[in-house]
Amino acid sequence: MTNQETNDQITAEMVNDMSGQKGDIKQYISFNVGKELYAVEITTVREIKGWIPTTSLPNSPDYMRGVINMRGVIVPVFDLRTRFSRGHTQPGKSHVVIIVKLGERTIGILVDAVSDILTIPQEDILSVPDKDANPEYAFMEGLVSVEDKMVAIIKPRMLFDMNLIPDLDSAAA
Amino acid sequence: MSDPMEQFKVIFFEECSDLLISLEEGLMQLQAGDSDEEVVHSVFRAVHSIKGGAGAFGFDRLVSFAHIQETLLDDIRSGALEMEPAYIAVLLQAFDILSELVGAAQRGEEVADDLGSDVAKAMKAILDQTGVPMAQKDEPAPASEPEVDTDIAEKNMRLFRISFKPYEELFQRANEPILLIRELGTLGDLTVTLDVSDVPDIEEMEAEHAYFSWDFSLITEYDEAAIREVFEFVEDDCDLQITDHGVYLSPEAFVEDAQAGLFEDIEDEPDVSKTQKAVKAAKPGETVVSQSIRVELDKVDTLVNMVGELVITQAMLREQGGELLVEQYPNLVQGIEDLSRHIRDLQDCVMAIRAQPVKSVFSRMPRLIRELTATLGKKACLVMSGEETEVDKTVTERIGDPLMHMIRNSVDHGLEMPDVRAKAGKNEEGIINLSAFHRGGRIFIEIEDDGAGINKKVVLEKAIANGLVSPDANLSDEEINNLIFMPGFSTAESVTNVSGRGVGMDVVRKNIQSLGGRISIRSVEGKGSKFTMSLPLTLAVMDGMVVDIGPEKYVLPLANIIQTLRPGKEDVNSLPDGRNVMMFRGEYILLVPLYDLYHIENAIENPCEGLVVVVEGDGGVLMGFIVDDLVNQQQVVIKSLESNYALVEGVSGATILGNGRVSLIVDISTIQDMSANQSREFQSALPETNKISPQAQISSEIH
Repeated sequence: MTNQETNDQITAEMVNDMSGQKGDIKQYISFNVGKELYAVEITTVREIKGWIPTTSLPNSPDYMRGVINMRGVIVPVFDLRTRFSRGHTQPGKSHVVIIVKLGERTIGILVDAVSDILTIPQEDILSVPDKDANPEYAFMEGLVSVEDKMVAIIKPRMLFDMNLIPDLDSAAA
Repeated sequence: MSDPMEQFKVIFFEECSDLLISLEEGLMQLQAGDSDEEVVHSVFRAVHSIKGGAGAFGFDRLVSFAHIQETLLDDIRSGALEMEPAYIAVLLQAFDILSELVGAAQRGEEVADDLGSDVAKAMKAILDQTGVPMAQKDEPAPASEPEVDTDIAEKNMRLFRISFKPYEELFQRANEPILLIRELGTLGDLTVTLDVSDVPDIEEMEAEHAYFSWDFSLITEYDEAAIREVFEFVEDDCDLQITDHGVYLSPEAFVEDAQAGLFEDIEDEPDVSKTQKAVKAAKPGETVVSQSIRVELDKVDTLVNMVGELVITQAMLREQGGELLVEQYPNLVQGIEDLSRHIRDLQDCVMAIRAQPVKSVFSRMPRLIRELTATLGKKACLVMSGEETEVDKTVTERIGDPLMHMIRNSVDHGLEMPDVRAKAGKNEEGIINLSAFHRGGRIFIEIEDDGAGINKKVVLEKAIANGLVSPDANLSDEEINNLIFMPGFSTAESVTNVSGRGVGMDVVRKNIQSLGGRISIRSVEGKGSKFTMSLPLTLAVMDGMVVDIGPEKYVLPLANIIQTLRPGKEDVNSLPDGRNVMMFRGEYILLVPLYDLYHIENAIENPCEGLVVVVEGDGGVLMGFIVDDLVNQQQVVIKSLESNYALVEGVSGATILGNGRVSLIVDISTIQDMSANQSREFQSALPETNKISPQAQISSEIH
C-alpha cells in the first residue's frame, strides 16, 4: 500500500500549494505515459488511485478499460496510451488512475505514473504548432518546458467527453 | 433562501399542486354524475384556497380568475344554481386555465392577456342567469330556509333550537357573533332569526351596548356538545339556551318512515344514536392532526442510497460469512442471516416511502384527452382505474411521457370520428380505459380504446413500402400488430398536429425498455386496441441472478428467468443456418450466445457443458441464454452507467457485488434485438458459430 501513501501525500501537498495560487498562475499534475510527460489542471483532479482490476464493458472503444467502483459510484477508466494510439497499457501495481471531474461526469485516466505538481505562469505556456490546422489536437491546451523536458497540457474533456468522442473518432477515420 | 417570502411561495406552490389534483379529481367525480355535496364543497375549497394564497403573494391574474370560478362554485354549493353537465365542462376548462395560471406564476412568467378570457366569460354568463350580481355574493349569512330533503332525514338528523343573547362583554372581548353563526352553519342546516326587539330609539342607543339576540334552528347530525363547543369561548358572556327537539325527519320521510314503523324505533333508542354520534362529534372543533409529513425528496433519496450501500455491504458480509463454519461461529452466522433479513425489510420500508400512486401520472391524462378531443373534433371519455397502485418515484417520473404518447396515439389513430363511429353502430363518444395494477412484482398499465383497431392491411402495406418487411413475408396477426413498434413506422395518413411528429411507437417502446419494461399490443379490427405495459416497481433495486460468463460476472433480472437447466446433447439442435435451438416445454427456443454478443473470451460455448438460463423476452418470447454457471441469487442495487459514461448496448446498468467489483446487468430486450441484428449479419457473412434470430423480429431472412 505504499502507492496509496504517496497518493495521500500528493493530496496533502496539493491542498497546501493551492492556497498560494495566484490569478494567472495555475497548477498542474504531470504524469508519464511511456517517455512522454502530460499534465492536467489540478482543480479537475479528484483523486489518484492505484490500479485495480476493472470490469470490462462489452462493445466499447478499445481505450475504454472498463468500470470501477469508487465508493459506490461507477467510474469508467480510460487508457490514455490507447487513446493516443500507442498500444494497450499492461497495468501493474505501479500504474495509477487519475480520477478527474469533467463537468458532471467523473472519469478515471489510466497512466503509467504520476510525476510532479507543476506551478506554471500562464504566459509560459506555449502554443502547439499547427494546432489550428489539425482539429484532432483540440485536446492539447499547450506545451510547457519544465527542467528541459516538454510537458503537454491536455484537456481530458476533449479526449473523453462522451459527446465528443464519436466526432473525434469519425475525424480520425 | 434569504427571502422568507420565497420559502412561503415554495410551500404555496406545493399546496397548489395538491389542490389542483384534488380539484380535478372532484370535477371528474362530478362529471361522472357523482354530485355528492361533499365533492362540491371540496372543489370549492380547493379553488378558494388557491385564490387565498395567490392573493397573499399578489398574483392578481390568478386571483381574479379564481374569484369568478369560486363564485360560480359557491352558487352551485349553496344551491342557487342547479348543477348541469354544461357547467362541468366550463369548470373543467376553467381548471385547465387555473393550472396554467398557477404554472405561469410558479415559473414567474407572464401570461397572455386573453388567456382564459373566453372561459371567464362563459362562467360569468352562467352566473348572470342566477340574476344575482356578483358583487352581492360576498354576503355571508346563510339565512335561507333549510332545504328539506330526504338525504338529511336518512342521516339521523336532530333538530336543535338555540337562543343566543350576547352581553356587552362578549364584544369587549373581541368576539364576533357572525363568526359564531358561520361556525354553527358548518354543523348543518341553520335557520337564523335575528331579534331586534331590544334595539332602542337611535337617540338612546349606546354604541357599546349589545342589543341584538338571535334564535337559531339547526338541523344537524352532531349532538349538543358539538353545538356548545361553538360557543365555548363566549359561554360566560351570553345567554345561551340549547334545546334538543329530537330526531328530525322531513315531512316526506316522516310519512314513509312512520309507515314502516321506523319512527318509533328511532324514538325509542335516542341514547344509542346519541352515543354513536358522540364519537363523531369530536370532529368539528378539533383541528385534524395530519397523518403525514412533508419531506424533501433529496432526503428520501439519500436514505435510499444509504440503504443501497447497506445492501452491498450486507452482500459482502454474507459472501465472507458463507466461508465460516456454522459449528464454530453459530451466533455470527445467525447474526449475518438476521442482518440480511432486517436489511431487506428496511429496504422495503424505505422504498415504500418513496412509492407514489400512479395517480400523479394519470392525473395529467384527463386534461390531455380534453385538449386532444377539442383539437381533433373527436369525442372521448377517459375511464381510469387503479390510480392508487403504488410504484417507486423513479418509475412514475419516467412513464409520464410514454403514457401521454400512447394516449395521444389512441385518440388520434385509435378512435374514429364521431360520424364514423355512429355509422359503425358505436356510441359517438369513444372510451379510453386507463388502468394500473400489480402482478407478480411488477406494475401493469393498460391503455384500451374501443376504436377502429389496427388495420392490418394498411400496416402491412406501409411496412412493405418502408422496406421493413419483404412483400412475400407471411406474418401472423400478432406480428403485424407488433410492426407499429418498428422504427420509422407511422400509420397516420396525414401528419396531424397531435401525432406524427416523428416520434413513433418505437420510441415509446425504447423508453419503456430502458426502464426494464415491456410493452405488447392486442388489437381487434373494428373493436379497438389494448396496449399493455409491464414495468418494474422500482428502478433502484432488483432481484438478480449472478452468472459467470468466462471471467466476467453478469446479473440477469430474476423476474425474467423461467428456468435454468443443462440440456443434453440430443436436446440441442442446429437450424440449417447455424442457429441453435433447444426443446423447452414442447417448443423450440433459440439459444443466445451471450459470450459472443458481449465478446467475452474463455467462456463455455457449448450449452451442454455450461448452463442454459431460459428467460422471457419482449412479447413473451422465450430464449435460452448460454452461461458458464450460476453464482448466486441476490438483491442488487442498480447503478447507472450513463451518469459517468454512456449507454452500453445490451447492458441496462451496473451493480456492485459483495466483493466490491462492478458487475453488469443484462438488458434482455436489447439482447433480443442484438441477436436479431447478428442474425441479419449472418445472412451476408459466413456463420462462425451459433447465430440466431428471435421470432419476434419480423424480417425476411427466414426463407
